[in-house]
Amino acid sequence: MKYVTEFRSSDLAKGLLERIHATSRRRIRLMEFCGGHTVTVFRYGIRKVLPDSIEMVSGPGCPVCVTANSDLDRAIALARLPRVTIATFGDMFKVPGSRGSLQEAHAEGADVRMVYSPLDALRISRENRDRMVIFLGIGFETTAPTVAASVLQAEQEGLENYFVLSMHKICPPALRALADSGEVRLNGLICPGHVSAITGSQAWVPFAKDYGLPCVVSGFEPLDVLQTVWMLVKQIEEGRSEAEIAYRRGVTFEGNTHARRVMAEVFETCEADWRGFGKIPGSGLKLSARFERFDAQEVFDVDPGPAVESVGCQCGAVLRGVVSPPECPLFRKMCTPEDPVGPCMVSSEGSCSTWYQFGGDLES
Amino acid sequence: MKADGKVLMAHGSGGRMARDLVEKVLVKPLHNPLLEPLDDSATMPFSGRMAFTTDSYVVRPIFFPGGDIGKLAVCGTVNDLAMVGARPLYISLALILEEGLPLSELQQVVASIRQAADEADVRIVTGDTKVVDHGAADRLFVNTAGVGLVPEGINVSGANARPGDAVILSGSIGDHGIAVLSRREGLSFETELVSDCAPLAGLVADMLAACPAIRAMRDPTRGGLASTLNEIAAKSKVCIRLDERNILVRDAVRGACEMLGFDPLYVANEGKLVAIVPAGDASRVVEVMRRHRYGRDAAVVGEVLDAPAGRVLLKTAVGATRVVDMLTGDLLPRIC
Repeated sequence: MKYVTEFRSSDLAKGLLERIHATSRRRIRLMEFCGGHTVTVFRYGIRKVLPDSIEMVSGPGCPVCVTANSDLDRAIALARLPRVTIATFGDMFKVPGSRGSLQEAHAEGADVRMVYSPLDALRISRENRDRMVIFLGIGFETTAPTVAASVLQAEQEGLENYFVLSMHKICPPALRALADSGEVRLNGLICPGHVSAITGSQAWVPFAKDYGLPCVVSGFEPLDVLQTVWMLVKQIEEGRSEAEIAYRRGVTFEGNTHARRVMAEVFETCEADWRGFGKIPGSGLKLSARFERFDAQEVFDVDPGPAVESVGCQCGAVLRGVVSPPECPLFRKMCTPEDPVGPCMVSSEGSCSTWYQFGGDLES
Repeated sequence: MKADGKVLMAHGSGGRMARDLVEKVLVKPLHNPLLEPLDDSATMPFSGRMAFTTDSYVVRPIFFPGGDIGKLAVCGTVNDLAMVGARPLYISLALILEEGLPLSELQQVVASIRQAADEADVRIVTGDTKVVDHGAADRLFVNTAGVGLVPEGINVSGANARPGDAVILSGSIGDHGIAVLSRREGLSFETELVSDCAPLAGLVADMLAACPAIRAMRDPTRGGLASTLNEIAAKSKVCIRLDERNILVRDAVRGACEMLGFDPLYVANEGKLVAIVPAGDASRVVEVMRRHRYGRDAAVVGEVLDAPAGRVLLKTAVGATRVVDMLTGDLLPRIC
């Protein structure tokens, strides 16, 4: 864990900042794709110490935030079924769907339990054979492999009361949709660290080559992000466009082939609905035919009703990087972490809650 | 009373079993001259400015590394008294027991209540026991109230911080919250995390002897250092600026926070205090604190400014300054 302190050293930060200031000439806009990076940027005040020539925008890399209301509604409807236990990562608990949240369903008597890993959900299944335990599969390439492993484990154990509602998504198709839309002009991309640990930096090569978008994979410490910004600035100033890695202690070019194999065994790609983007072909993961009996979507017949979006909520535009949280008329007024209107104010990695918590819009 | 016995509804009935439980499991281990008459109220002489506080304890699990609900209740009440500069004297103890609680667990909790009370030099002078149906409580809930004496000339309040003052923290942050969470969720880390749960009245007495002009003190329990300082900044209408580099977080706590997505600034402590003192007294107070077992890692971690009033700011490792807000809602684990 010494790693952590070393990557927060202020002397090293100073050196990197000096290099960035000395090298950056062009006015550029960089996007941090991942919500974890957004947190680092605000928690350490990185925007405030970068030169004025560099504009940072936050991207759609928050799995809870991009989950569409129709999917949330389905999860909440499942929670209200008799003899059903929902096991979920904590971030999903408070996210409002069209009508209520899991938290509200829990208060009304639904059995919703927070877990840290799908393996905890397996344990709940084993210990409660009379209940049907549905794990809410949410997350990108980072979490999908462990969820896939839990399905394999359930199959091996012959667990008949474990199910997964897969809302998993994969990042490159969303990034492609973002780049194709041309809505936000970007000069460089801070690529997600944990996702790249699985996909490898190879996943970003097409963006560097086909779109001419410099890409650098970053870790989550302030020095990681500063190093990444410096590598992006260098690429841009030198007229290069490559997929590089600043997070060498966590990421390789090839990525984690074993994890990808487990994922491919259990899941197949499908069209997925992204908040702010709509349906993106090949961007979702559903359980493949062999594992259909674990698929909550197939096994349970619920009608969550029509999905409704909150009036005035700008989460979609925030996720596309078109609107910054304080530009949303609801921010800090109607929409707060205590009483959130949209998911970006709930998730610990959501842009709105990050701006809110670390005072991104306040003079310090 | 059988060694392997359990708490039964009859233990709360007011009959013989109830009397037995009170006498053998509570009064005997907690005995002192003020408790022993067992009248409807304890009576004792008192003169001077009284500090009076109450708190309830519902921690889960009731035993955790470094303490249990009994030690927590005594330390929590002692510390609330100490934070206004009072010398803690008397504590009341009310227990709500869930039917089926093993008596051995109750005895263990009462033993640590006694031990913590002895260390803090306070007496348990009155108490109450209720038993509720299985499921109506989670094993054991504790309520304590405490009375203390504020020495003359001492005026410690969260409303007293002034621009120019120094902010002192007595040690590392986040130990209690992470220790309890790791036990509750069955998480194990390479280094065992231990709660910092401790009575701070002795440390406070030493600090006040060195500097009677201490302006404000708080123990950053639920909501952590960030929430506590926000309360002081709001009440005193000042700005508090912290320097991240001086705030001690143990490696094991930092590692667990990284993994779980928590910010140590918001994680609960049960044996730490933050004090706001005139800048000129800061080094003397820190020196005195470092000589006490509960203040060995004391350090100046920030300063009080006049604006922006009501805000807490943090100078980060990259040299930027950002806002530190109140904790909103519960700490939730993150997902990736």
